[in-house]
Amino acid sequence: METIALLLILFAFAVMGLFVPIRYGNRFAFISSLIVFAYSLYLFLTFPISAEYQYVADYSWVQSLGIHFKVGIDGISILLVMLTTFLTPLIIFSVRKSEPRPRAFYSLILFMEMALIGVFVSMDGFLFYIFWEIALIPIYFICLLWGGKDRVKITLKFFIYTIAGSLFMLVALIYLYLHTPAQHSFDISALYAAGKSLDPHAQSILFWFFFLAFGIKMPVFPLHTWQPDTYTDAPTQGTMMLSGIMLKMGIYGLIRWMIPMLPQGLAQNAECMLWLAVAGIIYAGIIAFTQKDMKRLFAYSSIAHVGLIAAGIFAFNGQGLQGGIIQMLSHGINVVGLFFIIDIIQSRTGTRNIPSLGGIRLKAPYLATVFAIIMLGAIALPLTDGFPGEFLLISGVFKFNNIAGAVAGFTIIIGAVYMLRTYQNSMLGETSVETDNFTDLTMTEKTVLIPIVIMVILIGVWPNLFLKVSEPAIMKLLSGI
Amino acid sequence: MNTLLILSALGVIALFAEIFRFRKGLFPLILLGLAAAFIFTANQYNHPHVFFGMMNFDNYAVIFSCSILVIAFLWFMMAKNYFLQETSVTDHFSLILFSLVGAVVMVSFSNLTMLFLGIEILSVSVYVLAASDKSNVMSNESGFKYFLMGSFATGFLLFGITLIYGVTGSFDLATIHTQLTTTNEKGLVLAGILLLLVGLSFKSSLAPFHFWAPDVYEGAPTTVTTYMATVVKTAAFAAFFRLFSTCFTAAGNWSDILWWMVVLTLFIGNVSAVRQKSLKRLLAYSSVAHAGYIAIAIVSMSATSASAIFYYTLTYSISSITAFTILFIVSRYKGSKDISAFEGMSKANPLLAFAMTVAMLSLAGIPPTAGFFAKYYVFLTAINHGNTLLVLLAVIAALIGIYYYFRVIIAMYFKPEQQLVPIQVGPLHRTVLIITTVLTLLLGLFPNLVLGWI
Repeated sequence: METIALLLILFAFAVMGLFVPIRYGNRFAFISSLIVFAYSLYLFLTFPISAEYQYVADYSWVQSLGIHFKVGIDGISILLVMLTTFLTPLIIFSVRKSEPRPRAFYSLILFMEMALIGVFVSMDGFLFYIFWEIALIPIYFICLLWGGKDRVKITLKFFIYTIAGSLFMLVALIYLYLHTPAQHSFDISALYAAGKSLDPHAQSILFWFFFLAFGIKMPVFPLHTWQPDTYTDAPTQGTMMLSGIMLKMGIYGLIRWMIPMLPQGLAQNAECMLWLAVAGIIYAGIIAFTQKDMKRLFAYSSIAHVGLIAAGIFAFNGQGLQGGIIQMLSHGINVVGLFFIIDIIQSRTGTRNIPSLGGIRLKAPYLATVFAIIMLGAIALPLTDGFPGEFLLISGVFKFNNIAGAVAGFTIIIGAVYMLRTYQNSMLGETSVETDNFTDLTMTEKTVLIPIVIMVILIGVWPNLFLKVSEPAIMKLLSGI
Repeated sequence: MNTLLILSALGVIALFAEIFRFRKGLFPLILLGLAAAFIFTANQYNHPHVFFGMMNFDNYAVIFSCSILVIAFLWFMMAKNYFLQETSVTDHFSLILFSLVGAVVMVSFSNLTMLFLGIEILSVSVYVLAASDKSNVMSNESGFKYFLMGSFATGFLLFGITLIYGVTGSFDLATIHTQLTTTNEKGLVLAGILLLLVGLSFKSSLAPFHFWAPDVYEGAPTTVTTYMATVVKTAAFAAFFRLFSTCFTAAGNWSDILWWMVVLTLFIGNVSAVRQKSLKRLLAYSSVAHAGYIAIAIVSMSATSASAIFYYTLTYSISSITAFTILFIVSRYKGSKDISAFEGMSKANPLLAFAMTVAMLSLAGIPPTAGFFAKYYVFLTAINHGNTLLVLLAVIAALIGIYYYFRVIIAMYFKPEQQLVPIQVGPLHRTVLIITTVLTLLLGLFPNLVLGWI
């Protein structure tokens, strides 16, 4: 019931948000997302450390086809739900007063939050698919209505790309559904059993179908070509939603659906997948290295980070999976912080071009400090949030394949180089024409960035707070295969 | 039978309305009559009646008749104003009512002669209606083209019926079925089936017999186009499935041929729609493409095919009525049927734009709209039958579809507004749009509402 309450509350807020007086649009959305955060925090704090699903609700939906509205939260889901509910208020609050957004904008964000949570709590394949697709509609409109100048082409490309992947996943889901015992069912455990009963060849084919959907969403090299354009062109809040939360849908899909359903498919393709992921890390790292546009640079760095997560998950051992989960949290938090800082810089200077910046530290020490902390998190310095994740991921990959582990580890250095160089060129040195009148963080901006900084340090210092929640569920997943 | 009687009586009354001058009262009378017909038809659910071996009012017939009546009801609400401005409103209404008689016969026949009669009753009315905008060259061309091509296809249909009769000695569907299992005249049977296939493919606009569709759809008055895309299509597919599922399940390799026709239809329909400037022509091609999706369920003949076709035709018709109604309103207001006429609509008429968006999402097959579940159900039927390759091709075609449906959405939401004067929407149109939009979302979220019946 608690899970359904979470979804219903969000849906109600999203609808109500359309009717509040225009000037309260932002405040209403912010407060409603805070309420949802408080509720999910309560769920998190009272969450029993166990491998079983909690708060399960199960209603028959389309009886004749064995489709259920079945939702529940386990140790993996709760972390992603928390990530979503933690980031959404910050994203809503990050809208600047000088660029007011209409009510529909906030409603779309709340609606999307609902769909994202729906993806993370679904225990029925069909329901999962519905939420997976519904999440796409609000972000499409957010990008289309409030994006940059090439938004029409770019958002359509993004939409068709992701739908293409999803439709292949739908075909695979139907195929699995038809292999469940008579009176077919979409229940997660029935689909697991159906998938495992297939012969390795069939599993391998289905594996690729699912990989298209999840790989495009994440995105994994070579399915990433929609991503840099979309991130660059979307409004800041859209980019935050996309990179902070939405790409986690893909990773979550891998862990929750694809791998447990098709273990033989993974076994046959793991080597190939792993190298694909590692190639993606290097490729994106090198491209990020040459970017001048700050937003684009972080878009590519996001591909590199996600590539490492994917590699750790395809290695499929305890370290890899646990690392993947904790890294999802920290990547979401870092990337939202980074994109917000870019938004701050752009709103003050009118440019995101790194060479025309510089010397911001002299004018805005707060901003420079916050930027440094979040960026060190992204580089994965010990005691920041990136470190436990990357450490576990690389050791997971290393266990699976020494060479791949070594190459993946090497990429951290590439990441550190371009990140630090960006920092140096934008924050240090002499001020330029653009940064001469730079003002420091306002109260609003601090409100968004301080929780992020706290989380960066909290996860870095005390990762076990989160790792211990997901551990039983991960162990169950591993033992089930 | 009551359904047929009520509809025919209504048609006759509509003719008299001109003589006795009660045009004003005619419209509510028709709506009442349709509602009465609906109630009588729905009452026959689970009480199958056979009429002289000619018609079998089983649940399949009842469900499809109900669906046709609901769509016709919505259609009348949408088309009222258009026809009221014409001088011969009553003729048009009676033509539509008679064609509904044909549609009901088409979904309930159990004898090939009735199939033929049903198709003719339906078609002849629609030929006339397509040309009903007398002063418009396009409309005349459309009616003429439809008539010529239609009678040609009817010829094929008759020829096919003759061959089947020659082999089995009967027009009765059940007898034909039993005779076909024992006959040795495989070649003759296949020829007959193929000729029937050609005739029915023409009516349901399956490639390569779809060439009339874009021209006829574009030329005919928008209201008539709506009728063709909804009621006619539903009836055609219901008849198609009824014939092939009762008679020819065991005979011939027609499903291999239909397989290729479906693939052709999917790609011709979707690819041709991509470059269209006129929304009406785009919807015409999209209607061809949707015929392809529906026909997937016929190729994959199995237990769920009937309900898949039912759900698909119903939801497709509902979304089409939304789309065509808005096209009708906009084209009348702006004098253009192009997609560019929709630019900036989200600013001037946000609710109209919302309704259109829901309709487009449904036609494109995006959750949570009904169009998604319809596609899903058809795909499920096909994969269950082993037609996975066909589904993969259909998925690719659906992706192309998303592109052009989204062109409409993009035009409404993105393009700089030309004028910000909101379009006035009459109360009837408003009611239609509210009903269809709510139904599209409701049926998408709770497909059980209608799936359980068939």
